[in-house]
Amino acid sequence: MSRPPAWLTVLAVLAVGTVSIPLVYLAVRASGVPASELTAIFGRPLVRELVLNTIGLSIAVSATAIAMGTLIATIVTRLRIGAARTWLLISALPLAVPSYLASYGWLVILPGLNGFWPSWALLSAVTIPYVTLPVAAVLRGTSAEGEAVARTLGLGPAQAFWRVTWPQVRPAAIAGGLLVFLYTLSDFGLVAMLRFQTLTWGVQQAYAASFDRSQAAVLALLLVVIAVIVVAAERGARGSLTRTTATHSTKEPLSVGPRIVFTAVVALPPVVGVLIPLIGLGGRLAEATTLRALNPEGLLQATTTTIGVSVAAAVVALLLALPLAALAARYTNKWVPTLEGAGYLSNGLPGIVVGLSLVFFSLSVIPALYQTVVVLVFAYAVLFMPKALGTARASIEGVSIDLVNVARTLGASRFQAWRRVTVPLALPGIGIGALLVAITTMKELPATLLLRPLGSSTLATELWSRTAAGEFGAAAPYAAVLVVVAAIPAMILSGVRSVAKEEM
Amino acid sequence: MPASARLGGVALVLGSALVLSACAATPEVEGAPEEAPTEEVVEEVAIEPVADDYVILYSGRNETLVQPLIDAFTEQTGITVDIRYAGSSELAAQLLEEGADSPASVFLSQDAGALGALSLEGLFAELPSDITDRVIPEFTSYDDTWVGITGRARVVVYDSETVSAEELPATADEIVGPQWSGKVGVAPGNASFQSFVTAYRVLEGDSAADQWVSGLNINDPQIFDGNGAILEAVNEGTIPLGLINHYYWDRLAFERGAENLRAQLHFTEKGDPASIVNVTGMGLLDAQSFDLDALELIRFFVSDEGQQYFVEQTFEYPLVPGIDAPEGLPALEDLAIAGFDLSDLATLKETQDLLRKYGLIL
Repeated sequence: MSRPPAWLTVLAVLAVGTVSIPLVYLAVRASGVPASELTAIFGRPLVRELVLNTIGLSIAVSATAIAMGTLIATIVTRLRIGAARTWLLISALPLAVPSYLASYGWLVILPGLNGFWPSWALLSAVTIPYVTLPVAAVLRGTSAEGEAVARTLGLGPAQAFWRVTWPQVRPAAIAGGLLVFLYTLSDFGLVAMLRFQTLTWGVQQAYAASFDRSQAAVLALLLVVIAVIVVAAERGARGSLTRTTATHSTKEPLSVGPRIVFTAVVALPPVVGVLIPLIGLGGRLAEATTLRALNPEGLLQATTTTIGVSVAAAVVALLLALPLAALAARYTNKWVPTLEGAGYLSNGLPGIVVGLSLVFFSLSVIPALYQTVVVLVFAYAVLFMPKALGTARASIEGVSIDLVNVARTLGASRFQAWRRVTVPLALPGIGIGALLVAITTMKELPATLLLRPLGSSTLATELWSRTAAGEFGAAAPYAAVLVVVAAIPAMILSGVRSVAKEEM
Repeated sequence: MPASARLGGVALVLGSALVLSACAATPEVEGAPEEAPTEEVVEEVAIEPVADDYVILYSGRNETLVQPLIDAFTEQTGITVDIRYAGSSELAAQLLEEGADSPASVFLSQDAGALGALSLEGLFAELPSDITDRVIPEFTSYDDTWVGITGRARVVVYDSETVSAEELPATADEIVGPQWSGKVGVAPGNASFQSFVTAYRVLEGDSAADQWVSGLNINDPQIFDGNGAILEAVNEGTIPLGLINHYYWDRLAFERGAENLRAQLHFTEKGDPASIVNVTGMGLLDAQSFDLDALELIRFFVSDEGQQYFVEQTFEYPLVPGIDAPEGLPALEDLAIAGFDLSDLATLKETQDLLRKYGLIL
């Protein structure tokens, strides 16, 4: 494989430098802590408990998401369950529900819910689409013939799937699982409501002690260490991409019994992650007396701001992710894996840490832009660039290097070949990443509160403001609009293939 | 090694160096604002008090609860107030991070600990006595770096469908009795819970407090993230007892109607630490100490009108003598616990160490 061009390396390094701002900030804040106190912090029984809780929950949720997401994607794309396109669309909907809203809705119905299992079930339900959608995208773009051949050679359906199809979807499934893992590491709203104490909960509590920022930094660095390990593990588990070229697939016919079972499996995450929480929120709304407080102008303004910053964040995140994705997809030397891995780490950090790091960074480097929309969008890009990175890398990898080489022999420069062959073919996969960034930006709260321009608000901040005052009636319209607005990119996502094909 | 890979390495080092040098510059600014470039010092000396009819407020109190009062202030004075709303501790962390570069002039905090943290870092200016003298001395800062605005009582909240009046604990000590094992909801990370433990230490002594916390710990407490969640859980019948601030109940009653609530409030015996009063307060950022509009805003919060607003709209205790507490609450004098500074971080740290010892907080 050839050497990466210098400009690409420079851009990728700049991107990694940018998303590493929170890590540098944490290092600076934690560096003031004497070694003796570090040992004391790590020795506390509660810290050990939180580390175990965090690792246990993250592993359980990401394993569930990988298994269920792959299963659901396979059912929807390979079996005749009826209305496959609609089911795929419904499968994407849990992405649109903020995890704090999902857990609140459940608590209305079952107030006693708390601890590991409810947290696991609900986090799994809202994160399964991170695996379902990219895996479905791969399956829709590849052939089922291999599996059919395996079946004629005597393998059972499960074996045929394992031997033929799993290797094809494995990179996408594992990459999705990594995002789920990082999401679980950094989630605060859901675990706080369901009272399962994780490290992110501990970081938040350390800030609440008001004067001990260095301890919060030490705890957040523990999250970074966990993220480093899992990013390295993902590289090992990802496997290399195998490609099939045929494009039309045959769906297996199903009898009624299995059809009902498979449909139920597909419906499970949207029911748990969307339907039941919305029923719960609706019930709370019915009891509320503050509904009259709705201000349509404020709602419209918050909606416009939310959409505006989310689109901008998606674009900036993509610009950061692309050079790194291209580098990681096409070149290997001893720096590339480290660079790519470093690109994921900020996604495992709580929003408050990233928010504070950008308070610190923007005031020391570009004070004029502090608390402007520029720094806010920049913060979103730092937080969520990793969501665009994996899919962009996978889809660039999915574009055959042979095609690029053909373009080169026909006289195209390296850049021309990239622009005219790789980018158009990889565009759908790159789009998946951008949409994921937009959706998560819409739901982001802690960094938004610290960095939003004075007087401006997003749907998430308005929702927070009302629920924090206990006004669930007044909060409901904002919750509804947030879910609807976030559902739009989620539904677009469900229709994307990983690699563009000529229509037949 | 290929040339471009080496280039990548160099760029990484350069990039990190840039970021690092940017970072290294900040602590100086933060730790020692007096060492700021000379021209700034000169500028500061030259600056006259300013009234430009504009103030930036960081509010740790909720928009729904505070904005109407701000609107009244703007209407009366013509001073525009731009507000950043977020949690008190998040804003305190942000203000510590911003240091002297903060755009904010005033900080309105839900709890005294956050005010104490900023005061300790020297971020607050001393307030004029016409502001601080209005407030009952027990409920404001000892060095005039912040002023108390409202008080909220710590209370026991109970499920009136499962707990009878005779069963209710009369003192904090009864709460850790075996009959409440696994049944009490607490938020040990919460500032107001921590001031209750501080009050216990001050009133009953450190070893008794140690015993109480140890007793709570072995009594299998139900740990929550905040007061609102405890109230919801009691009101839904999930747990029979919880320790919260009184006004959360009034907010919930306002939202759903008092007659619809299972959860009811109970005050422990007069002078018992479980019924201590906590305060919210305001401080003037030192870097903006010449901002007359900011002082005007703080003055408005401790004015009769401002205090009356909190009594009527948020059901809190006023801290200015002569203004009546909301109906149905015990008199402030029956709850007041004099003798310790709510914002004293050294005391707070001892309390946190105690909670930490029993694994209740990190």
